[in-house]
Amino acid sequence: MLDFLQHLDRRWIFFLMFIAVAVPLIMGTTFPEVPSDQVMAVFDAVDNLPDGSNVVMALDYDPASQGELQPMASAFARHCAIKKHNIYFMTLWPQGISMIQNSIGILQDEYPETYKGKYGTKYVNLGFRAGNEGVIKLVVEDLKKSYSTDIHGTNLDNIPLTKNLKNIQQVDLLCNVSAGYPGSQEWVLYGSSPFDIPTVVGCTGVQAPIMLPYIPDQLTGMLAAIKGAAEYEQAIINAYPELENNPNAKEGLVRMGPQLVAHLLLISLIFLGNVIYFWERKQGLHQ
Amino acid sequence: MKQSTLIWTILMVAGGAFLLFQASKGNGRVYVREIPVEAQASQPEGEEQVYRWTRYQQVTEAEKGEPDVRFSLSRTLGLWVAAFSTLAIFSFLYGDNPIYKFTESVFVGVSAAYAMVVAFWTEIMTNLYAKLLPGLARITFYPDIDSTARPDYLYLIPLVLSILLLWRLSPKGSWIARWPLAFFIGATAGIRLISYLETDFVGQLQSTVMPFIVFASDGSLLWIKSLRNTIFIVGVVSCMIYFFFSIEHEGVVKYISRLGIWFLMVTFGASFAYTVMGRIALLSGRLVFLFNDWLGI
Amino acid sequence: MKRTIPLLISAITGFVLIGTAFIPLFVDWGNIAMSWFNLLAAFAFILGGGNLLKMQLQKISAQQPGWGYAAVTLIAFFITLFVGLAKVGVHPNVKFPEFAWSGDYLQEDGVFWWLFEYIFTPLSATMFALLAFYISSAAFRAFRAKNTEATILLIIAVIILLGRTYASVWLTGWFPDEFIIGESGIKYSDFNLQNLSEIIMEDFTTPGMRAIKIGIALGVASTSLKVLLGVDRSYLGSDQEA
Repeated sequence: MLDFLQHLDRRWIFFLMFIAVAVPLIMGTTFPEVPSDQVMAVFDAVDNLPDGSNVVMALDYDPASQGELQPMASAFARHCAIKKHNIYFMTLWPQGISMIQNSIGILQDEYPETYKGKYGTKYVNLGFRAGNEGVIKLVVEDLKKSYSTDIHGTNLDNIPLTKNLKNIQQVDLLCNVSAGYPGSQEWVLYGSSPFDIPTVVGCTGVQAPIMLPYIPDQLTGMLAAIKGAAEYEQAIINAYPELENNPNAKEGLVRMGPQLVAHLLLISLIFLGNVIYFWERKQGLHQ
Repeated sequence: MKQSTLIWTILMVAGGAFLLFQASKGNGRVYVREIPVEAQASQPEGEEQVYRWTRYQQVTEAEKGEPDVRFSLSRTLGLWVAAFSTLAIFSFLYGDNPIYKFTESVFVGVSAAYAMVVAFWTEIMTNLYAKLLPGLARITFYPDIDSTARPDYLYLIPLVLSILLLWRLSPKGSWIARWPLAFFIGATAGIRLISYLETDFVGQLQSTVMPFIVFASDGSLLWIKSLRNTIFIVGVVSCMIYFFFSIEHEGVVKYISRLGIWFLMVTFGASFAYTVMGRIALLSGRLVFLFNDWLGI
Repeated sequence: MKRTIPLLISAITGFVLIGTAFIPLFVDWGNIAMSWFNLLAAFAFILGGGNLLKMQLQKISAQQPGWGYAAVTLIAFFITLFVGLAKVGVHPNVKFPEFAWSGDYLQEDGVFWWLFEYIFTPLSATMFALLAFYISSAAFRAFRAKNTEATILLIIAVIILLGRTYASVWLTGWFPDEFIIGESGIKYSDFNLQNLSEIIMEDFTTPGMRAIKIGIALGVASTSLKVLLGVDRSYLGSDQEA
């Protein structure tokens, strides 16, 4: 048996991982989530703002991280929409433009009474600008030096939401969804920390430990990886039960099924690997 | 027949049969709603000018019977191309193969050109062309530009720097690209120096300055909070001592730095777990596409 | 000329930007410098594309092994570039329909959008999805409890992996909500896997990360100073450069 495992073709492991993720997805298994304090800090930051507050939604991710971050971005969009916030979309990633479109789609399809046909008065899409942290430096000091027009080429001075906006220090909250560089860390370094802009972020599992030390002094809250997204969705559903019937509002919750099985598989693999290692050591293969 | 060829053949035949079955049920088709657009000219010459075209909005399969909804060939084709691309990349798990190499090459080409196009339209056209030639920009790409806008000749400097940067591609005189590069490096160093010191050094130290022993307002000892604070401070200090390579790690320092290593191992263990979590989520995302969007399972 | 001017440019730019934190007059200069910086970053994308083009063409002209794939890359590159720059299939901006080029280059149903949506998105997302498979294979082959440090790492990873899923409720959800010793304030349930993983993140991972951050901050600051003062000139390359 151990001999077989020792020389196991790695494609069998790939196959097991595929099954571990695919089966729970097809079955659509979900589990109840209890939002943690950290997630509730994010929820409260959005929810405690008066209706119709100004929120910058910086979506700094690409299709490669969509599997992990789209549920968060969608949940942010839904929560802000329920609160009827005015939303300024922007991205530091060239591929982020389509990610913004996904969020705008949610606003228009699910909350048409607030957002349909309200471009410029309830939401605006600033699109992408090159320069990574250089863009953050400008938007926190002088927005129109970086964004003279929105994504459609409309002059920001002709858009009601941006007409009197000098920089994003004037907004009530910055929501950032980030897949890496440039992203959450840069927003904290150049935005939220030096200028005290209230900021919440949703980030990938890789970034989560890196962002932890900023909480709570330099960052209000963080949604860490898909678990954070699922808890945030649950927090929104708890507060606004009408979302219970919206399957799209449970994207993160549905993904927790595959996470459970795949995590268990991974732990079993680590365990088996170590059993083989200690067996080999006993045989004198590792000196 | 080689074993791998046999496995491939079985997989392909089974997969193909399943796809045909799914396609016959109507899955893998995209429907769109036709939305007529009527736009009036902003500066009509003479009589009123109206421009008409049709916009398409993707709808769910359930809405396909509605009068203005129709089958979209281009999007259906796109869906199948996307599914093929996904499977082609996944095929690398079995082994390197020409289909994977082909899609990988396509990916490299498309992503480089995509980044170029986006940078061109978003930054170069709006923040350089429109600043240097606002009049021309207004009659070509950006009709909404303020008609009183005057050329900002200061932008000639970044134009020159940019040309020098592109000079790097030329076989001769590419050293001139050092000038814009120096500007870039200098600016990066300038903004990072202050930000990192302010946020990651002073800010992080400030957040670590906390009492070892915490009392409640009634004077009683909050020992759990005190214990947590102590663990935290010991953790930060011991890790920093481990990073302090200018002194010999001997005696007390050795023990403290060893404690630091343990704290770092906990950190890395947690980072590993979170990375795993992230990777699995990415795979779920892809399978959701295959199962829901394409196969309609 | 080749070294002195770049050193001057980088020093002046850097110190002006540092000055923005202390001298109000410098803030506007800093913003101007940043807008130039962003433009250069955009041109860097073009430089990247140009470099790719150069390399692939060299590969094809030398008929290196796999040059056919280089040709595929080039074809994909040129098609994407053309449809993106020419705004193929893009309708004009609704407010300014008489300006044929006023439409959004990434407009839904445009060819560039199609390429992004149906080729770029699946390819890049699947490339990253492959990592889930490789990390599982690595978990089986590489993560061995060889010594104390590796054992700590593995145990923590397992606790977090379990604690962040519903497995934590199955395995330790039954821990009673009672105090461990008298009215100590600590309950058994505080140590269920979910709470334990939160304690690990807050009280052990955060200090470790904080120390790393402080170290990196000092490293970035000293590297930046070395660059601005001209002590570190590695970015200028060698003098032999054409």
